[in-house]
Amino acid sequence: MIECNLNIRLGNFMLDTNFSIPDKGITVIFGASGSGKTTLLRTIAGLEKTVSGFLKIGDEVWQDGVDFVPPHQRSVGYVFQEQGLFNHLDVRGNLDYGIKRSSAIEEVFRDSILNLLDIKPLFNRAIEELSGGEKQRVSIARALLIKPNILLMDEPLSSLDLKRKEEILPYLDALHDELDIPLIYVTHSPDEVSRLADYLILIDNGKVIGSGKIEDMLTRFDLPISHGVGATSIIEANIVGRDENYELMHLDFSGEIFVVADNRSAIGQTIRLRISARDVSLTKERQSNTSILNIFKAVVDDVVPEGKSQVMIRLKIKDSIILSCITLKSAEMLNIKIGSKVYAQIKSVALLS
Amino acid sequence: MLNEVDLNAILVTIKLATISTLILLLIGTPIAWWLSKTKFKFKAVFEAIIALPLVLPPTVLGFYLLITLGSNGPVGKFLESIGGSSLAFTFSGLVIGSVIYSMPFVVQPLQNSFSSIGRRPLEIAATLGASPIDRFFTVAVPLARSGFITAGVLGFAHTVGEFGVVLMIGGNIPGETGVISIAIYDHVEAMEYGQAHWLAGGLLILSFLMLMMVYIFNRRFSIMRNSD
Amino acid sequence: MLEIKNKILILLIILFGFSGFGSTQVFAEELRVAVASNFYPTMKKIIDLYELKKTNSNNSHKVILISGSSGKHFAQIINGAPFDIFFSADEEKPRLLEKQGKVEPDSRFTYAKGKLVLWSPRNDFVDSSGEILKQDDFKFLAIANPKIAPYGKSAEETLKSLKLWKKMQKKIVRGENIAQTFQFVRSGNAQLGFVAYSQIIGSDNIIDGSFWEIPESIYTPINQQAVLLKASNAGKDFLSFIQSDESLSIILKSGYALP
Repeated sequence: MIECNLNIRLGNFMLDTNFSIPDKGITVIFGASGSGKTTLLRTIAGLEKTVSGFLKIGDEVWQDGVDFVPPHQRSVGYVFQEQGLFNHLDVRGNLDYGIKRSSAIEEVFRDSILNLLDIKPLFNRAIEELSGGEKQRVSIARALLIKPNILLMDEPLSSLDLKRKEEILPYLDALHDELDIPLIYVTHSPDEVSRLADYLILIDNGKVIGSGKIEDMLTRFDLPISHGVGATSIIEANIVGRDENYELMHLDFSGEIFVVADNRSAIGQTIRLRISARDVSLTKERQSNTSILNIFKAVVDDVVPEGKSQVMIRLKIKDSIILSCITLKSAEMLNIKIGSKVYAQIKSVALLS
Repeated sequence: MLNEVDLNAILVTIKLATISTLILLLIGTPIAWWLSKTKFKFKAVFEAIIALPLVLPPTVLGFYLLITLGSNGPVGKFLESIGGSSLAFTFSGLVIGSVIYSMPFVVQPLQNSFSSIGRRPLEIAATLGASPIDRFFTVAVPLARSGFITAGVLGFAHTVGEFGVVLMIGGNIPGETGVISIAIYDHVEAMEYGQAHWLAGGLLILSFLMLMMVYIFNRRFSIMRNSD
Repeated sequence: MLEIKNKILILLIILFGFSGFGSTQVFAEELRVAVASNFYPTMKKIIDLYELKKTNSNNSHKVILISGSSGKHFAQIINGAPFDIFFSADEEKPRLLEKQGKVEPDSRFTYAKGKLVLWSPRNDFVDSSGEILKQDDFKFLAIANPKIAPYGKSAEETLKSLKLWKKMQKKIVRGENIAQTFQFVRSGNAQLGFVAYSQIIGSDNIIDGSFWEIPESIYTPINQQAVLLKASNAGKDFLSFIQSDESLSIILKSGYALP
């Protein structure tokens, strides 16, 4: 458990936070530029000193208003947004720097990190020779090799172009699966949020406006994130079968079956699905003779206005929650209200990881 | 050619410049580090004090040193009271004079070098478990390498060229406080222009070579360069 | 075309340049006299008297006095410095200038003789026969650099004739000129030193401290000589005044021996 109750004052900037996050999985801190997310991350690492408040990681209290554990004594791995490597050392030197200053690390562990991030081919390269993506991979490897209790990443992809981002995302996915320490990941990209977050903390103008599991956070109507054209929901599903003839796979969530294009993943694997609210339409009766394969029985959990002409609806499909955005007119025509039984038609879905 | 007096002068000068430079690097480094990192409100006061030898005539410095270090001055009297002796006319006195006189030439390049490192590399090191002293030696020093070279060369060259300070407190004792600059002056006074040329010309060439080294190592060099 | 800023800059440079040229006003008869630093105070007194006399007899003269080390003056004269008369601290430099043809013929003469003394500002320190040197009861002995100052050369001669030169090597500190030598002793940094009598005699003829007047037989006389560099009536006139009784009396009172 990570408990964080901090009051940060930096010049004119103030950030008050009070949240706890799970000590496993990826927690994403999401907000606009300037909202304070990087400052919060730096504070957790101990890099900002003008802070009062309470910070506890697991059993260790890193600050409590009286004592302050300096950064070099905190068990953190930190990946900076840019300029995160030592220019006066090569890749090996960078990796060794952390290793030398941590307690003995087993060979096996080191090897697994180096393999996970494909670092071995880069060993003797000078830092200037690396691409942006390679630099970030080395940064991540270096941070992990010291076996920290917590990994912090400050917008690691934002200084990369699209191609390099694509290159490195699979490594982050792999990290997600393999990591047994918490990762706190700062970003302003909704894409990264939906792809990586297990837990979400929303920051706006120096305040934490919400924190919780990603599926819940995305569908909370009191948060701005569930409104606008970017409104999405997330469902985790398992691959349970294939349709070889049509290159399709069957994914199970809460007992329902999703049909999607086959991406050659193994049976049994968990896949995260992102469903845009605009891609979910509603019918009162089950449609037949329709091109949409994914139609599910759902119950309306909540309805709120969305702009002048639309409404946002939260639907429950068994245990899972998704959002649907339709016109006000349709909603009235179909007499949509809390408790209404409908069929949700999901036109397209994005497969993440 | 060079006679025994001149050769002695060269030896004393080299000894003086080497020892002074080493001392300056030793005490100048922490000073430069502090100046580059501190947000102390009155930092400018310290910077101005250190920079004084840049603008004061060396004879002013030498004059006050003679008063302070000599038998009638506070330092001299103190030293004599504990069984030592005053520092006027001694090699040690010259070292003290040189250290004060060449201080800005060592501190400023170092300070600029440290400033240009910025916070990032040190923060990286901190997150990797390096204590402040560890960070200084394993990150700041390697990254400030050109600053150290510049500081060392400048401190050395500046001390070699010292005249006014030595004139005041040296006493021109052969093998002890007789340096090249005084020897050149004496040759001119004694109308031994040939020997003056030898020494002066040699000094000119040496200084030129040393400065060239600084510029080669450090493309954006300037004594009064603003920190980034 | 040039910006306004640059035009103003050029204008200022020209103005300052020209002001350099025009600053020294030329009097009808102006005399530039280079004098050895040690004789400067005495020379000032002589010039005051000279100008007083001249004013009374309707010849407007201005004597400009340039004080400095004789070595420096020599180098400057060789390189064309506009001095009319050169008063050196020794005889070697005027002799050399004469040999090089830089002076008016037959104008070289001795204007004063330096008197060497061993002095300490402490009373009862230096005895009147210099035994203190043999007793060796001091840390530093100051002399002027024998290579460049005649008083220093005489000090060396004195020590050599007392068979003390080698012994004193570790204790000798050299002043670059007699003034610095005096300052070393005055300030106590050297306990005693060989200085000029003219430096220790006060205007009231009272001498602080203790001293030994070194017998003239022990050292080569310090003949301070002068030469006329440019022929002029004013120059000749001044030089004859220097050798007049009034002037000699001032020189004697100032602590020099008569030539």
